[in-house]
Amino acid sequence: MAVADMALQRLDGDRRYLGRKLSLVLTILLFVLALLSLGHGASGISAPAILADWLAGRDIAATDRVILLNIRLPRLLTGILVGAALAVSGAIMQGLFRNPLADPGLLGVSAGASLGAISAIVLGSVLPAGFAALFGWYLVPAAAFAGSWIAMITLYAIATRQGRTSVATMLLAGIAMAAMISALSGVIIFVADDQQLRDLTFWGLGSLAGSSWAKVSVAGPAILLALILAPLLARGLNGMALGEAAAVHVGIRVQRVKTAAVLITAAATGTAVAISGGIGFVGIVVPHLLRLISGPDHRWLLVNSGLLGAIVLIAADMVSRNIVAPAELPIGIVTAILGGPFFMWVLLSNRRTLDG
Amino acid sequence: MKPVALTQTRRDRASTMLLAAFGFSIGCLLAAPSPAEPHPDADRIVSIGGAVTEIVFALGEQERLVARDTTSLYPPEVMDLPDVGYIRQLSPEGVLSVEPDLILAEEGAGPPEIVSLLKESGVGYEVIPSGYNAAGLAGKVTAVAEAIGVPEKAGPVLDAIQTDLQELSDRVATQGEKRRVLFILSVQGGRIMASGQGTAADEIIRMAGAENAIQGFSGYKILSDEAVSEAAPDILLMMNRGEATSEHDASDDVLFAMPALATTPAAETGAVIRMDGDYLLGFGPRTGKAALELHDTIYAGS
Repeated sequence: MAVADMALQRLDGDRRYLGRKLSLVLTILLFVLALLSLGHGASGISAPAILADWLAGRDIAATDRVILLNIRLPRLLTGILVGAALAVSGAIMQGLFRNPLADPGLLGVSAGASLGAISAIVLGSVLPAGFAALFGWYLVPAAAFAGSWIAMITLYAIATRQGRTSVATMLLAGIAMAAMISALSGVIIFVADDQQLRDLTFWGLGSLAGSSWAKVSVAGPAILLALILAPLLARGLNGMALGEAAAVHVGIRVQRVKTAAVLITAAATGTAVAISGGIGFVGIVVPHLLRLISGPDHRWLLVNSGLLGAIVLIAADMVSRNIVAPAELPIGIVTAILGGPFFMWVLLSNRRTLDG
Repeated sequence: MKPVALTQTRRDRASTMLLAAFGFSIGCLLAAPSPAEPHPDADRIVSIGGAVTEIVFALGEQERLVARDTTSLYPPEVMDLPDVGYIRQLSPEGVLSVEPDLILAEEGAGPPEIVSLLKESGVGYEVIPSGYNAAGLAGKVTAVAEAIGVPEKAGPVLDAIQTDLQELSDRVATQGEKRRVLFILSVQGGRIMASGQGTAADEIIRMAGAENAIQGFSGYKILSDEAVSEAAPDILLMMNRGEATSEHDASDDVLFAMPALATTPAAETGAVIRMDGDYLLGFGPRTGKAALELHDTIYAGS
């Protein structure tokens, strides 16, 4: 392992110190943005004023309390969790496939989740009202989660023979599976009525508007566990950057890294997509951006991706909540509209580095 | 109609009954929804749902409205109110930001988790049943009037609707053979999306004393050209999508040049009816008039 690290050090020069500094900057930025996000929204209530009232033991209006504690706070936490989950998963997948275009979508995680959600939205109404009421609003997230795991486990089983997983097979089979799954989704979309179609569209665009403590407490532990375990993959992914054979020679247990990478990604992305719908762009762009800034060392890349992913999603959510208030834009639109041109600009200004 | 359509309906019915039996057992465990509670003092009302908003105006209580949803487009004054988003995709803080003391929401407003947040906030939240038929319409008016604490004002509105409906049934009684109407939601990409059963369009066609030319499926579906030809509608019914685009989108020429429609009786007489979407399908206070107007246009000259 030490050999792999040394190779990377030579590759990187002083970039690893940049990674460390970047972590600090991103942490501060995340903290500041989180406070801003709590303090701003469609309604004019001010978080500091309410906090002051609360500390002084004064009564707080029910509406203000609900907005702050039951709407903005769980929404902020969901944003942090989902943003971090998507970006870290993206970083892991790009490392695993050694391809900067990889994202969790390649494992069929997103396609599976969306098939699950679509089925629940459309077929949920065929179920009698009592059945849907029994699940409440867990129905769609639970179905999305189940869909992502079924897709991922199937794919993993396909790509694994005699205890060895072929990354190339996983990539190609993932594409085939995504195509099959979207065809299945198409069948369900076909039988959907116009209201359900609108629901499907909105689900696909993603939103943090439905965040609640119930969702945070269900999804939070799964995503947190995945995020805590993710940095353990850093050395393995660094080694695999040299190629699988080389990684084996420097003592990396390649198969274990692959399995862990797939499980962590599926847990993080599956949960994130289940509670927030389809939010594109973050998973691909955030790790890519960080690699441009501070190099490919996964020890920093994974942590920083989590931080920057959270930052990007909170910022996007603030825009989505405020730009057309009192209505709001689906967040997937914001991440793509604002993120796309920004990323393009970063790419163009780094062109020389990229070509070199 | 066609044997294929029949089998499907029958299978649908069987599975629905099975599910209904299952649902009943679970449904028994759950409490029935409580009837609308009156909020006579509410003077900052958010109205969610086009029909609900129209009813508030019809009751003469529009001064109490402070916001509306995206589907509330009539009467024109309503556009001056802030829009809190699409009925099925509300923003919780957006709704609360207009400081409402009552949220009047048509059934189906959501998503459900946001509705439960809104209820938690201590603001009154009343659900108005959505109904796409004459009885449902009366139920909506009564529910809105009760929820905003003016039950006595429902009478005149209901009477006006009743008058229209009575007039309608008189005229329907004396009309000749039922004409076959095809409601076309869109002709995007040359494919006809028409209305089957269980939709507002299907119901208003029935109310107007005509027959939906397409039978055997529910909701809005894209039809095959053959199915459209075979349905042989006497008249096409479409929504007006603003003057600028409607001619451009699907002018009569374009419409009847489509192979699916070219051979239909409607094409021979050039029979297309275009009506305002909210008016035609809203199932609000104007629905009696809309049905009457639709009837008169369908049977004009016969």
